[in-house]
Amino acid sequence: MQKENVFEIENLNLHYGAFQALIDVGIIIPRQRITALIGPSGCGKSTFIRTLNRMNDLIPSCRVEGKVMFDGEDIYDKACDVIALRKKVGMVFQRPNPFPKTVYENVVYGPKIHGEKNKDRLDEIVERTLKEVALWDEVKNRLNKSALGLSGGQQQRLCIARALAVGPEVVLMDEPTSALDPIATLKIEELMSGLCENYTIVIVTHNMQQAARISDFTAFFLNGVIVETDTTEKIFANPANTKTEEYITGRFG
Amino acid sequence: MSSSKRRKDIAYYGVIAALSVFTLFCLIVIIVYITSNGLPHITWEFLTERPRSMGKEGGIFPIIVATLYATAIALVIACPIGIGAAVFFKEYSKGGRFIQIVRIFTEVLAGIPSIVFGLFGFAFFVVFLGLGWSVLSGGLTLFMMILPTIVRSTEESLETVPMSYREGSLSVGATRWQTTVKVVLPCCVKGIVTGVILGVGRAVGETAAVMLTMGGALRLPLSPFDAGRTMSMHMFVLTSEGLSMEKTFATAALLIIIILIINSAANLIGRKVGAINSA
Repeated sequence: MQKENVFEIENLNLHYGAFQALIDVGIIIPRQRITALIGPSGCGKSTFIRTLNRMNDLIPSCRVEGKVMFDGEDIYDKACDVIALRKKVGMVFQRPNPFPKTVYENVVYGPKIHGEKNKDRLDEIVERTLKEVALWDEVKNRLNKSALGLSGGQQQRLCIARALAVGPEVVLMDEPTSALDPIATLKIEELMSGLCENYTIVIVTHNMQQAARISDFTAFFLNGVIVETDTTEKIFANPANTKTEEYITGRFG
Repeated sequence: MSSSKRRKDIAYYGVIAALSVFTLFCLIVIIVYITSNGLPHITWEFLTERPRSMGKEGGIFPIIVATLYATAIALVIACPIGIGAAVFFKEYSKGGRFIQIVRIFTEVLAGIPSIVFGLFGFAFFVVFLGLGWSVLSGGLTLFMMILPTIVRSTEESLETVPMSYREGSLSVGATRWQTTVKVVLPCCVKGIVTGVILGVGRAVGETAAVMLTMGGALRLPLSPFDAGRTMSMHMFVLTSEGLSMEKTFATAALLIIIILIINSAANLIGRKVGAINSA
């Protein structure tokens, strides 16, 4: 029986050298829901989302304290297998970052890394994940062409497919549409509501309407602190905190 | 654009065009001069026979072999070590003090005159390690000379690989090693090939360093412990002892041709591998 909450985070503090980027962050990420993280630039939302799959490990000066429980295990425990964690917690980045390989190779990259060699199964993964991201019809005839020849929106959907190909439970999205045009953005948003039937999604966004449109829960970050977290409906209709209200009505940020 | 601005623009264009024409002109003069003096003397006999009467007569077959032999030894050792070191510096180390020191040493190494390498090679490989005057001693000396070139150019091409590729790879659960081998290095093939070509150029044409380490025998080197003479060394001996200008030019022309062949082959390989990668 899976727990209802994928992530349970308590007292999370994160420092970059002397600078504290996250202060006593506590939040619950419910399973198979879309949780949006909003807040002004530099408030720590991207830093926070990167603690969930330990991408911050790449930054030498970064120090993390507190509890980040994923499926009941503390991912900052020494015994935690980061590779296994990242397989279960995928990520999509702000700018589409397909590898300079073919469309096909991009999707099968993860499965191959994790030891899948069977060609039929790889083909099946490619078709299934590309259909999941509504890209199959557009690229099925050019699977062996470079992924860099795709449009920005297609590249980003390919990156989502690449993340899905290893069978994650969670997909973290760090401003996935901020580099895309409105039509490509819309496509990705449509996609997300379908994806949350199978995956838990955490999305950082600068676009308040986007958060309101697609998410079930919203957390408002300000200066490294979570000011308020609640159902999206409640946050946008009737925020408890005046700072939240000021932000979502566009008075700062 | 105002007319004075336009005139200035045209003038700058003229200057830059003239400079590039001049560069090309210098290169062509050298190549044409050497090949026109050398090509007529490159005969089948010259390519396949041993030198007679100190190189005055006969061919340079053993010398070609010794040149390629020593260069190959240098490359076979320098490529894995150089590329490995660059990967360690750029992908693994977090830029600590040790790395900085190693990097300074690599750069100093690149600026040392080749005769100093020769001296070291003589003292260390020939005498201390007892390898004697041999193709192996020469190859090892050349290896030290081309190592910094290969490290540097690999590092530079690793730097051009966007961080986002590494993030994309790590985020699906790849290890750092998998990320390096499957994503980062394939993006660097062209840059690494360029570095290797520069290294080959330096090794094939090197004179001073091999004079002190390879001996200079005109025999065909069969084992790496045999002494040998490289083409540039041969040219030096031929001219300085006034043996034969014809043979010198023929050797020079052949050396240029060999370097051209190696360059184009490496470029071709680089392009092929690069193309597969970004098909």
